[in-house]
Amino acid sequence: MSTKSTSYWQENIRLIIKCLIIWFIVSFGCGLLFVEQLNTIRLGGYKLGFWFAQQGSIYVFVALVFYYSHAMNKLDAKYGVEEE
Amino acid sequence: MDMDLKTLTYIAVFGSFALYFAIAWWARAGSTSEFYAAGGGVGPVANGIAIGADWMSAASFISMAGLISFLGYGGSVFLMGWTGGYVLLAMLLAPYLRKHGKFTVPEFIGDRYYSKAARIVAVACLIIASLTYIIGQMKGVGVAFSRFLEVDYGLGLGIGMAVVWVYAVMGGMKGITYTQIAQYVVLIFAYTVPAVFISLHLTGNPIPQLGLGSTMSDGSGVYLLDKLDMVVTDLGFKEYTTAKLGSSVNMFAYTLSLMIGTAGLPHVIMRFFTVPSVKAARASAGYALVFIALLYTVAPAVGAMARLNLMNTIEPTPGQSLVYDERPQWFKDWEVTGLLKFEDKNGDGKIQYTSNDDTNEMVKVDRDIMVLANPAIANLPNWVIALVAAGGLAAALSTAAGLLLAISSSISHDLMKGVLTPNISEKNELLSSRIIMTLAILVSGYLGLNPPGFAAGTVALAFGLAASSIFPALMMGIFSKKISGHAAVAGMCSGIGITMLYVFQHKGIMFIPGTAFLGGMQPNWFMGISPNAFGVVGAIVNFSVAFIVSKITGPAPKEIQQLVENFRIPAGSGSAHNH
Repeated sequence: MSTKSTSYWQENIRLIIKCLIIWFIVSFGCGLLFVEQLNTIRLGGYKLGFWFAQQGSIYVFVALVFYYSHAMNKLDAKYGVEEE
Repeated sequence: MDMDLKTLTYIAVFGSFALYFAIAWWARAGSTSEFYAAGGGVGPVANGIAIGADWMSAASFISMAGLISFLGYGGSVFLMGWTGGYVLLAMLLAPYLRKHGKFTVPEFIGDRYYSKAARIVAVACLIIASLTYIIGQMKGVGVAFSRFLEVDYGLGLGIGMAVVWVYAVMGGMKGITYTQIAQYVVLIFAYTVPAVFISLHLTGNPIPQLGLGSTMSDGSGVYLLDKLDMVVTDLGFKEYTTAKLGSSVNMFAYTLSLMIGTAGLPHVIMRFFTVPSVKAARASAGYALVFIALLYTVAPAVGAMARLNLMNTIEPTPGQSLVYDERPQWFKDWEVTGLLKFEDKNGDGKIQYTSNDDTNEMVKVDRDIMVLANPAIANLPNWVIALVAAGGLAAALSTAAGLLLAISSSISHDLMKGVLTPNISEKNELLSSRIIMTLAILVSGYLGLNPPGFAAGTVALAFGLAASSIFPALMMGIFSKKISGHAAVAGMCSGIGITMLYVFQHKGIMFIPGTAFLGGMQPNWFMGISPNAFGVVGAIVNFSVAFIVSKITGPAPKEIQQLVENFRIPAGSGSAHNH
């Protein structure tokens, strides 16, 4: 495997790990594991932990997928592996 | 139901059917490439919408808000699980599967693991998962027809089968894609319009996502969720915003199982073969999630507000229960269906609704009625109710069509073309996939007509199967160049095996004795994990077994490692193609 495609793949993996850490924090972290602590904070009528579990995590998921798509397009161009 | 509502409902339902037919005729498929992958010419936004309709089934449309309504915070597992899976799909699977550029999921597994056995195992997983899912959709169609149009359940089911037959068999993936776009519009409109009305009525805020966090419009200044917490705890129910679904471990496992199950469901994955490029595959995952989130962020508002409306109807002021003879019309309508049942235990002629089985007089409140009865409970106009009927049918039909395509393509393309009759011509392959789809409709219609007692339980099994078999096989195939064919087969078989064993162990073989989808917690569950949440354990077993077997049997051959390197980069992708 050429070093170019190796480092392309490694950058992709790093990006995925970064995104999945956020994915984990907003859903399993804020929505489940630390829900009780966060519930002491209020967001309008929402308890914050409850809000993450039923609203916030979903918004972050959407943002993450678009961010990944955008970042990968840039990565493709950087390594010259984009589609014709 | 008065004549007026019935006429409106007929117009909404048959008007939407006419639209689907017109689209299917316009977009009928002429080649296997169009039949399996819509010719690879679907744009990312269009594909995102189609995935939304494909994904959101009768369960999402009808059942989910009802589940949340009664589970409260515990219902979050469905919200996070069924959306978080798209993050995994977008980053771990979709772009690479698209780059590889074949028509079906088993075909990818067969290529990557250079093994017909692996391909056949994948076909088996796919068929079991998809067929169990269709039964639920067919039941949804039958119920919607019998409830709203007052026709016989069997006749309603038959009409639904005929409709899906016309556009799915004729149009293949191409026809289904464009029909699903229309169905998405119908279902999202039907879902959000009542929610907007109800949110406006309760809180004065027309946006349900904000209304859920607002104060009540009755001038009390109390937040809606606080009010709901108060009302339910007064009657002895668990506090709405903190009630857990079993233990935290169970909720964790349940959410993760639904996420990886979602990412591994073949009828969703195969939609990514329809886009023209890897770039479009990444983008369409984002658009799909936007269109799904539109419904999924409204659902918790629908659930909470429906619960509050129900409680307020039964107990208008604290300690003052509704007199049974003064119950509203929707109450009577749903009593007729048997989904709502009152039993005057203390003989006072009033309705007491409590968490205590000895004194509770609402002996049955089926969670599925929450979405369907919601417009009536909130006194919304008849055309809104008619719209909900059309929306429920759109949700069920669009999902059924996607699943039928997954089944027919895996049999005609993977089993026949791939293994049994490799020399079949394209014309005959197209014909055979249409015949198989027809047979699949008949089988699922038959099962929907004679609903097996385990229908509800199998929905969970479908996710468990996808989570424990297909997702790990695909992910390992992409992220490890070395994992071998034997390893994949061993992993899939053991992952599925242990999941099915656990489910059957706790729910009975083939679920025969009365199985509750959300049965009570049992002391002998492994780490308190309910059978529905077990897919993630199956997936871990799959990964571990595959890793060990791969160490023993040695790595995949050089040309396969080359193949993996090739589909990891976007350059050089064409549209999905035949061999």
